[in-house]
Amino acid sequence: MALDEFFVTGEPLIYAGMVSIALVTSAIIFLLTYFKKWGWLWREWLTTVDHKKIGIMYILSALVMLFRGGADALMMRTQLAFPGLEFLDSQHYNEIFTTHGTVMIIFMAMPFLIGLMNIIVPLQIGARDFAFPFVNAVSFWAFFLGAMLFNISFVIGGSPDAGWTSYTPLAGAAMSPGPGQNFYLMGLQLSGIGTLATGINLMVTILKMRAPGMKLFHMPIFTWSTLVTCFIIVFAFPILTVALALMTIDRIFGAQFFTLTGEGLPMMWANLFWMWGHPEVYIVILPAFGIFSEVIATFAKKRLFGYNAMVWSMIIIALLSFLVWVHHFFTMGAGAFVNSVFSVSTMLIAVPTGVKIFNWLATLYKSRIEFTVPMLWSLAFIPSFILGGVTGVMLGMAAADYQFHNSYFLIAHFHYVLIAGTVFACFAGLVYWYPKMFGHKMNERIGKWAFWLFLIGFHICFFPQYFLGLDGMPRRLFITNIAEWLPLNVISTVGAFGMGAGFAVFVFNIYYSYRYSEREKTGDAWGHGRTLEWSTTTPVPFYNFATVPYVDEIDPYVRMKEEGKTTFDEKKLKPIHMPSYSGQPIIMMSFFALASFALVFEWIPLAIAGLLGGVACMAFRSFDYDDGYYVQVDEIKRTERKARGL
Amino acid sequence: MSAEERTTGPLEYRTEAGRMSILGFWIFLGAEVVLFATLFATYAVLFGRTADAPHPAELFEPSMTLIMTFLLLTSSFTCGIAIHEMRRGNAKGLATWLIITLLLGLGFLGAEIYEFVHYVHEGATLPSSAYWSSFFVLAGTHGLHVTLGIGWATLLLIQLARRGLTNVTSRKFFIVSLYWHFLDVVWIFIFTGIYLIGMVI
Repeated sequence: MALDEFFVTGEPLIYAGMVSIALVTSAIIFLLTYFKKWGWLWREWLTTVDHKKIGIMYILSALVMLFRGGADALMMRTQLAFPGLEFLDSQHYNEIFTTHGTVMIIFMAMPFLIGLMNIIVPLQIGARDFAFPFVNAVSFWAFFLGAMLFNISFVIGGSPDAGWTSYTPLAGAAMSPGPGQNFYLMGLQLSGIGTLATGINLMVTILKMRAPGMKLFHMPIFTWSTLVTCFIIVFAFPILTVALALMTIDRIFGAQFFTLTGEGLPMMWANLFWMWGHPEVYIVILPAFGIFSEVIATFAKKRLFGYNAMVWSMIIIALLSFLVWVHHFFTMGAGAFVNSVFSVSTMLIAVPTGVKIFNWLATLYKSRIEFTVPMLWSLAFIPSFILGGVTGVMLGMAAADYQFHNSYFLIAHFHYVLIAGTVFACFAGLVYWYPKMFGHKMNERIGKWAFWLFLIGFHICFFPQYFLGLDGMPRRLFITNIAEWLPLNVISTVGAFGMGAGFAVFVFNIYYSYRYSEREKTGDAWGHGRTLEWSTTTPVPFYNFATVPYVDEIDPYVRMKEEGKTTFDEKKLKPIHMPSYSGQPIIMMSFFALASFALVFEWIPLAIAGLLGGVACMAFRSFDYDDGYYVQVDEIKRTERKARGL
Repeated sequence: MSAEERTTGPLEYRTEAGRMSILGFWIFLGAEVVLFATLFATYAVLFGRTADAPHPAELFEPSMTLIMTFLLLTSSFTCGIAIHEMRRGNAKGLATWLIITLLLGLGFLGAEIYEFVHYVHEGATLPSSAYWSSFFVLAGTHGLHVTLGIGWATLLLIQLARRGLTNVTSRKFFIVSLYWHFLDVVWIFIFTGIYLIGMVI
């Protein structure tokens, strides 16, 4: 392959991207070398199996991906507001809406939430790490390298351009030749396997490693949402694995699953994709519900109203999530009966969701609300999300959907649920647990600026899109020079830049707070913590709990505070068993990433070599009997006394 | 996590780590069920879509698939005996029966490869039609699992020779046996769902 086919050429924006990638990479290499930090990076981060550090790496990667997906969004909005400028051509526009959707769902929303789960869930249940810390590191590197593989596509080989749903036959080899679509397939496959492993890992952690006495119905609601989410992951992700594998085999080895020749069935892709894709929607929204529940209970200073109803409604949503996938293509023509069944099951989901909304409102009722930044995000979520939810029910009505289908009405709907739900929750959760992770709070004043800019920008951006949809503007359209659509498009673009400004302020706040925020002295940063994560010291010692408290109620930390109990009972100290750090996860996954990269370009010998390397790493791991080490009582005493100022 | 060790019960269940690994593997098998279910659903949807390639009823032969079925079902039985020997603390019995299991597995694989080559010669290939794509991918995924299982169990046999029966090695053998039985269950569905139905319809 010639070099000019390998690299993407002829596009000024992409040259700019190449230059910035080269600059950032060399800056990072220079800084690491100049400050002699390579050893530190390897020892403390790349080889870590500590769930807190892995969680931080997840969140950092997710923020970078949010920036990338956001930049895509701003480019699209610029094109739509000024169609006459010819800022993007049609091909480039197709690539950008494809990568925007894929990056935001797979490489931003999920890793952000999984990062928060990584850090918080073990702390909430009184565990010292995951059930399988090594596997946790493997999962992270699978996700990270999958994300990198997907992201290099825009400078090497060309981006996928068939939409984040990649419907066949458009995404098939006949109509999308070249490496672009392969990047989508291999990037998602690699990170999807990591997600599946995390799902199993967290499920075992929650089922087996809870503090003594803690029954399932004593668990904090965020942990519950994680358990339910893991259930969905375990039963939905294999479907994606198969779907991606089938399309890969179609494209690289000439099979006929989704082709127009050989009696293939292109619409089967849509079925398989959404049989994973709809549960996926709940994978990114249920943890968000969990975060809001924690934040609202904390700053309303009350026990969450209707805890049992909250748990059961999540379980019902999880079960229903597998039974609604056809509503994504009512217009395919499955017939009135099939459409009616899926229409009803879709609308049923509004019932448990409504139960949750009323429970949040009832928690707030007659409480003394403290308007901190995480609480603002949570309060803004409720009305914004309702707008998205109600329009979702409108879309769920099969007959009416023929009108809304594939229009901007749909775009507005799913951005209203995914941004007001998932993104608000990511921000709320990050700000809320920030002191646990980094030992200082984020600045509240700047945080409020970020919040208001983002919230107002969000509504200005997406509310007009409902009306654009009703006016007939289809999605994925790059020329919008129709007079009736132009004003609303311009307004929408203004809002999008407002959100961009909000995000910039949010990121600036990370830097500002690192420099100027007061360092935390207690573990209970907000003063109203209710669950076990606030009972640890800040920063959290690497073994989390010196002594694990006995738990027999919801919100155990409230009583612990009243009775003056801590997680450090000198009489009960015992040596703590901890897993050793290992460089194997990153090496193993690098081999699989190499194989994936080779498959993208259909270099079969290199792909086989990469696969064999990865399998050899797994065999090596099988012979590795390193079962960790013990932290001695003296060391625990020293650490705890220092942290607690005893 | 906690290294407290029980003194009774099967070796693999005595430590918390062992119990967690086994539960984790059961959940993984749940995910595998979904994976194969998706492949079966794909096969069912694409059934009959053979285009210009031969119809399965023309190619499937009862004798070959029955031999494969007997090989794999027997291997599941010998795998059960291997675990039984392990529970009795008999490392040698475990190794012997597991080796027999793997040999039966190899026989199955050989038969499957022979069968695939035969079909390809008859003009039924992966790219020939949607039906044959789904057939080769479903049966091939099962065959790939058997291959990985043989490699995996071989590594464990080396570890058994080096370390003998411990909490850790017995946990690994127990898990590989779960995997092996699972593949047997999947094969029963392939035998009835693909071969028997394919011969009749």
